[in-house]
Parts: sequence; C-alpha cells; structure tokens
Amino acid sequence: MDNKTYIEQLISFFSNDLGWGIWGDVTGWIVVAVVYLAFFAVTGLYLVLMERKVAGWIQLRHGPNRVGPWGLFQTIGDAIKLVTKELTGTAKADKFLYNLAPYFPIVAALISLSVFAFSKDLQAFDINIGLFFLTAVSSVGVIGILLGGWASNNKFALIGAMRSGVQVISYELSVGLSLLTMVLLTGSLQLSEIIEVQRTGGWLIYQGHIPAIIAFMIYMIAGTAETNRAPFDLIEAESELGAGYHTEYSGMKFAYFFLAEFINMFIIAAIAVTVFFGGWLSPFGITEGIEIEWLQAIFGVFWFVLKVGMIIVLMMFFRWTYPRLRIDQVLTLEWKYLLPLNLMNIVLMAIMVWAGFTLPWPF
Amino acid sequence: MSYFSEIYRGFKTLINGFRVTHKYFINARKEIVTVQYPEERPVIFDRFKGEVIMPHDENNEHACTGCQACEIACPNGSIEIIWDRVLNEETGKKKKTIDKHIYHLSMCTMCSQCIEACPTGAIIWGQEFEHSVTDRSELTKVLNNPGSKVRADVED
Amino acid sequence: MDYEAQIKKNQFRTEEYKINMGPQHPATHGVLRLNLTIDGEIIKRVEPDLGYIHRGIEKMCEYDSYPQIIHLTDRMDYLSSHNNNEAVALAIEKALEIEVSDRVKYIRTIVGELTRLASHQLWWGVMGMDLGALTSYFYGFRDREVINDIFEETCGARLTMNYSIPGGIRYDIHKNFVQRVKDFIVHFRSKLPEYDQLLTGNIIFEKRMKGVGILSKEDAISYGVSGPVARASGVKSDIRKIKPYSAFAVQDIDFKEPIYTEGDAYSRYKVRIDEMWESMRIIEQLVDNIPEGNIKEPTKAVIKLPKGEFYQRVETARGELGVYINSDGKKSPYRMKFRSPGFSNLSALEDMAVGSKLGDLVAMMATLDLVVPDIDR
Repeated sequence: MDNKTYIEQLISFFSNDLGWGIWGDVTGWIVVAVVYLAFFAVTGLYLVLMERKVAGWIQLRHGPNRVGPWGLFQTIGDAIKLVTKELTGTAKADKFLYNLAPYFPIVAALISLSVFAFSKDLQAFDINIGLFFLTAVSSVGVIGILLGGWASNNKFALIGAMRSGVQVISYELSVGLSLLTMVLLTGSLQLSEIIEVQRTGGWLIYQGHIPAIIAFMIYMIAGTAETNRAPFDLIEAESELGAGYHTEYSGMKFAYFFLAEFINMFIIAAIAVTVFFGGWLSPFGITEGIEIEWLQAIFGVFWFVLKVGMIIVLMMFFRWTYPRLRIDQVLTLEWKYLLPLNLMNIVLMAIMVWAGFTLPWPF
Repeated sequence: MSYFSEIYRGFKTLINGFRVTHKYFINARKEIVTVQYPEERPVIFDRFKGEVIMPHDENNEHACTGCQACEIACPNGSIEIIWDRVLNEETGKKKKTIDKHIYHLSMCTMCSQCIEACPTGAIIWGQEFEHSVTDRSELTKVLNNPGSKVRADVED
Repeated sequence: MDYEAQIKKNQFRTEEYKINMGPQHPATHGVLRLNLTIDGEIIKRVEPDLGYIHRGIEKMCEYDSYPQIIHLTDRMDYLSSHNNNEAVALAIEKALEIEVSDRVKYIRTIVGELTRLASHQLWWGVMGMDLGALTSYFYGFRDREVINDIFEETCGARLTMNYSIPGGIRYDIHKNFVQRVKDFIVHFRSKLPEYDQLLTGNIIFEKRMKGVGILSKEDAISYGVSGPVARASGVKSDIRKIKPYSAFAVQDIDFKEPIYTEGDAYSRYKVRIDEMWESMRIIEQLVDNIPEGNIKEPTKAVIKLPKGEFYQRVETARGELGVYINSDGKKSPYRMKFRSPGFSNLSALEDMAVGSKLGDLVAMMATLDLVVPDIDR
C-alpha cells in the first residue's frame, strides 16, 4: 500500500481511475464533504439523545424511551419537527445579520472536523498547523452568537451575546495555552504527528504526567466554557435570560445553534482525545498489531469514538451536577486562576522536557 | 498559599458533588422513580378526591332526595339541581324528586363541602383522576343516570 | 459638529436600560413581573409589578360562609396549604371559643410540619434549578413525592389538602399514616445529607450564594420580613416559639429556631436546610404519642361568628401568616384580611438587589422562596 490516506485514494479514484481530471478532484471532495456532513449531523443528533439519556439516569428518570427502541429515533423526530417548524423572528430585527448568524457556529464546527484523524489514514486534511487551525476555526463560531444576539433586537439575547463574547475570548486563551503545553512534548502541531509520537512513547497524559494532568484539567474546564455548556452556559442561562442569544430563533435556525453546540462538544472532546489520550491508538497497543489494513482502520475509529464518548459523558456530568457561575466569577476563574496556573504549567512542562523527566513507555 | 488551598478546596468540593450524581448514574436502574404513566398506573388512595360521583345500585336507584343541601353548600356553584314535584301514587302526595343533578367539574375545587352537607350520602368522592377532555362542555356532568329514581328507603 | 467632538461626545457613553423580568420568566416562578433597570449587568432598580394572579380571595371570603373559606386559603400559598387552612380554622375557633381536642392539635401540627418539609424540598429543588443545577430539582421532588403520598392517603389531596376545618379536621388520620410518616423520616434522614453534598459544600454554589442579597437586621425588621428570610438576618420570628399554637401550646416540643446573622442568600439557604432537620425532629416527637380524642368538635350547622375582630397567626413555610377576621355577626365575615409572608418578603427585594448582577437577582429570588399567588392573593 502506498502512503495515501483513504480519502486521497477516494479522490484519486475519481480523478485518475475514472479519468475525470480536475473535475474528479472536485467530485471527490464533494463526496467527502457530503459524507462528513451527513455523518456529523447524525452524530450531533445522537449526542443530543445521549445527553438526554445521561441526564435522565442522573435525575432518576428513564430519559426518552418512547420513539423507537430505547428512544433511538427521538432526536430524529425532533429534527424533523424543527425542520418543518415555522421560522419566526422579531419585526425590528436586523434581517440580514439575523439570518446570517446561525451559519457561523455550524460552519465553524463542521470545518474543524475536517482535520481530525479518526483512524490511521482516515483524515481529510493533515495540515501541519492542525491544532492551531482547530483553535482558530472554533473561535469563529462566537461571531454567530454575537450576531444572533445583537440582530435579534431582544435585550435578553443581547445580554447573552455580550456575555458570550467576553467568555469565549477569555477561555480561548486557556484552551490554547493548555494545548501549547502538550505541544512542548510533541514538538509538532500536526495531528497525525502528535498521534505518531504517542504510538511509540505512550499517551501524552502518561508521558507528561503532572503537568499533563494539570493541562488536561484546565483544558476540560476551558473547553466546557468554550462550548458554552453548563456550568458556563451563561449565554443561555435559561433561569436568567430565558434562552439567551437564541431566544428569538426558531425552527431550523435554532437547530443550527443547537447542533453546533453538540458538534462543538464533540470537537472539544476529540481534541482532548487526540492530544492527551492517543487519538485513535488503542490502550497498550492491543489492536495495533492487526495485519489487516481495513480492520485496523475500523478499530482505530472504534477506539477514537469510545474515548471521545467517555470525555463527552464527563462533560455531561459537569452540566448536570454543577450550578452555573456568575459572569464575573467566570472571568475571575479564567484570569485569576486558570491563566496563571497555565503559564506556570507551561514553564514546568518546558523544564521537564528540557531536563528529560518525561515518563518512558515501559511496553 | 491560600491561593492554592482555595484551588484544592474547590476541586474537592466539586468532586463531592460529582459523587452524588455518579452514584445515581451507576444505580440508574433501581433508583428511577418516574412512572411510565399509561402503562404503569399510579396507586390511587381511596380517600383521593377526584370527582363527585353519585353511586347507583343495581335497580338504577340512587339516594338523592333533591334537598339541594349540596347546591347551597358549594362555594363555587359547581352543583345545580333541576328538580320537580312528582305525585307519589301510593301516598297521593307530591314529592320533591330530582330530574338532573348537574355537576360542573370544571368549577369544582374538591373542597368536600357538598359531600359533608349531603344528609343521605347520595354523593361521594370518586377516585377518577384522568379528567382531560377536548371540549370544556364535557366537564359538565349529569350525575344521576337517565331513568334513575330515588331509593324507597331514603328519608327526606 | 466636527468629527473629533462627535467622537468625544459618544465616547464611553453608557446607557441604562429597562428589561421586563416576567410575567413569563423561568426564574419568577409564576406571574411575578419585575421591572428592572439595568446598567450592563448591574441592577439599578427593581420594581415588582403585582396583580397578574390577583383573584380577589379576600373579597371572595366576604361572600362565603366560614367553612367555605377554608378551600380558598389553599389557593393562596399552595405550598403550605395546610398551614393556611390551620390559620383560618384557628381564627374561627378562637372566635367561637371552641377548644379542639389534643388529637386534632397533634395531627394538625404533624401535617403542618410535613407541609413545611414538602415546601422546603420543592424550594431546594427549584432553587438549584434557578442556579443552573437542574438535577437538584428531581432529587427534591423525589422526596416530596413521599410526603404527597402521605397527604393523599390521609387528606385526599396532594397539594390543596383542605384538611383543617373550623372545629377540627376533616377526616381522622389513615391507619397507615403513622407508619408512613416514620418511614419517611428514616428515608429523608438518609437523603438530606445528599442535598448538602450536592449543593451546600459546592464551591460554585458557595460563590453564587455567599455575600449575595444581604439584608441587614434593621432592614429585615423595618420591611416586616418573616420566616426563614428574617431568621437569616438574625431576627427571631418563629411564631411557633413566640406564640405557640396547636401542639406547640400543648406539649413542650424540643426544637431549635435556626438563626444566622449574615443575612445573605447563603444563610437563608442554611436556615431552610436546618429547618428541615428541625421539622423532622418535631414530627418524631409527636408522631408516636398522638392522643385519642374527637377529631371534630360539634359546631352549629351555620357557623356565625360573634361580632368583633379576630386575629390568628401561624408560621408557614415562608413566614408569618396572619388571618384577620372582622365579623359583624353574620354567617360570612365583614372583612377578611390575610397578612401573607411572601408580600413582605418581596418588598425587601429591591433593597437587596440594587448594585448586584442579574445572576444574583435570580439567586435572591430563589432564596426568598416566593410563591406568587401568596403575594397577590
């Protein structure tokens, strides 16, 4: 097998095997994009279901269990309902911005997905600034929230949007810095490279031990704040603001915001898995020895999704356990606690890498 | 050092809260308290005040003499009695008899005044609780069955 | 105007704006409307606007006979409906100079304390929800459901029990009542520490509650707040201690009145948690020795109160409920007035809220434990 990823093979099938030339490339990319879109729309839907199930079990309830077996079709039904719903809006809204806003979060979320390595050779773009690209693109989504809150011409929405601006800008720092701490270990921003480092040396959370664990904790807190989920859901804060920035949105426009939140959760978890927990690598390398190429790829996807799922369940636990912070406390947490700790942690990690105190992989 | 002890305390308390939700998440199967309503029926206690009913015996006879005590006792006007004086053939006297005992469930606050006022025990509490209807007028009920009459042994 | 001046004029110009919190808002628990004047997130003014659920209960009372009044009081503070019933019943008994049996007094007190527990459980759940911890709601309701079942079995209703009547109680307690209450106490004693574990010690919760909505002792007295809100500000205001009624007057029941001096939201929270423990202690002392006796003293078919004014106050879950009856000797009162705890407690809101953030306002309203039908009647 040549060193082409599966996606490159697919595109070369259109362009070379079928002989469509440049149009084959275009066709190939469109096919990949459609597959990604379909896959992550469904992922988003099932994350909603998972959230509701987890919430139900925590809260002494069954969760959705009426539509389909174990409620498996519940969110699909919800999606159909949202698609068919009337789109309402305020009369004095800034129509252009109001209609534009929902596309920002969802587009930003879907773009971010393209750089993840789901398995060996299963990666749409393997760019050398992978992590940087992820943090950059995922912060575009906040523009949509700001626009939505501003353009709705609703004071509650405006308060929510302003809160989100403050919050996301602050927590971008912590996300970036905690990932930077781990980059000190890998020496590369490229996601495939990061995973390659962990294949031989063990997962980064093991290699980096104390600073890596601190970085992971900070990353999880900041990541939860980035996705605007409880306990950092100040921008929605249903007991304070009704529904925050998407108060005036209905139907599919609301669904874009909603879906983007869940895909963002997937992204945050996927970054955590890639950077801290070895991406698609199996624990202790138990499935890496398999000779069959396609089976190995499937196992890669399996481990990746499993780890992502566990991180997402952790985030769901955050949401259903903790009360919401106040806006000034959110900022205090970031600027007085997370950021200084993060900077200290980077120095610690740098010293550790320089002095060679990383843990070697015994297996 | 209070800065770090604060962080430590924060983490400790957060994990403390986590333990509660985690416990219920793990034991979700036996801790669930919600009832799958239409399939699982809740236990209704026999004192439950669901609606006012008028029990009839097998001869389609009830105990209501039409004395209107319930109508007077009701604070909301939920009970209306349409009555008439009917000639009793045995005694040759005219006797007050109910034509319709109308009960507006939509106005009833389940205060028990009518049931306590009833001298003959003609109306009692029923345990029905599923009162939803699609039309408000369906909540106005006639308690006595059509063609029913007062039991012979009931005194005025 | 030239460009520079225009910039200068518009520079850093901030504007206060008004938002309507309510009548349809998740945190107002009903149809309370707050006119907020806000500067960014900082609250400048709070004007509660009442009347959205005004049903004229006091006026309705003037057209109802005394036994009929009872069911209206269920609908005022529906979370402590038994205490409301009891207050009216006690006022009428006071006027008629009826002495009810000890059995009635004990049962009334036990049911009243259970009502208080149920109310505080609901408050705990809803308060957690207001602060964003949605899970507490379900835990609170799970335990409240046990009490509701006890009520349903004995009183025939879960919320608007309508159990106390002038001269006694409507039914004798169900034969399972004592056992069920004991089971509940055992159950709840094991679950109440979980409440603490989930919220009380939590650092986010503490940060949200401590130092928020401070009401000084002087302000508490001048606003006439009562119940847990007053106790959190250091005012002793428990009617059960000051002017004992029902079983509190019969037996010397050993219970503490939790007093905190901080006056912030956190101490209001702690007062209610402590009250739950104390209520359980009260019930434990009473439930085993309910004396025998009549459950209802005979009254005339049509109750007519003697001419005069009668006042009775009881401690509901929210504070002091006063019932004032002005009788002119007819079968319905000339004037009926309820001094409801929620109204006075709400009046202190502006004093607490000015200068704090929007998120704090929600915490304050949650710890005031407002029931809007109680405020509006």
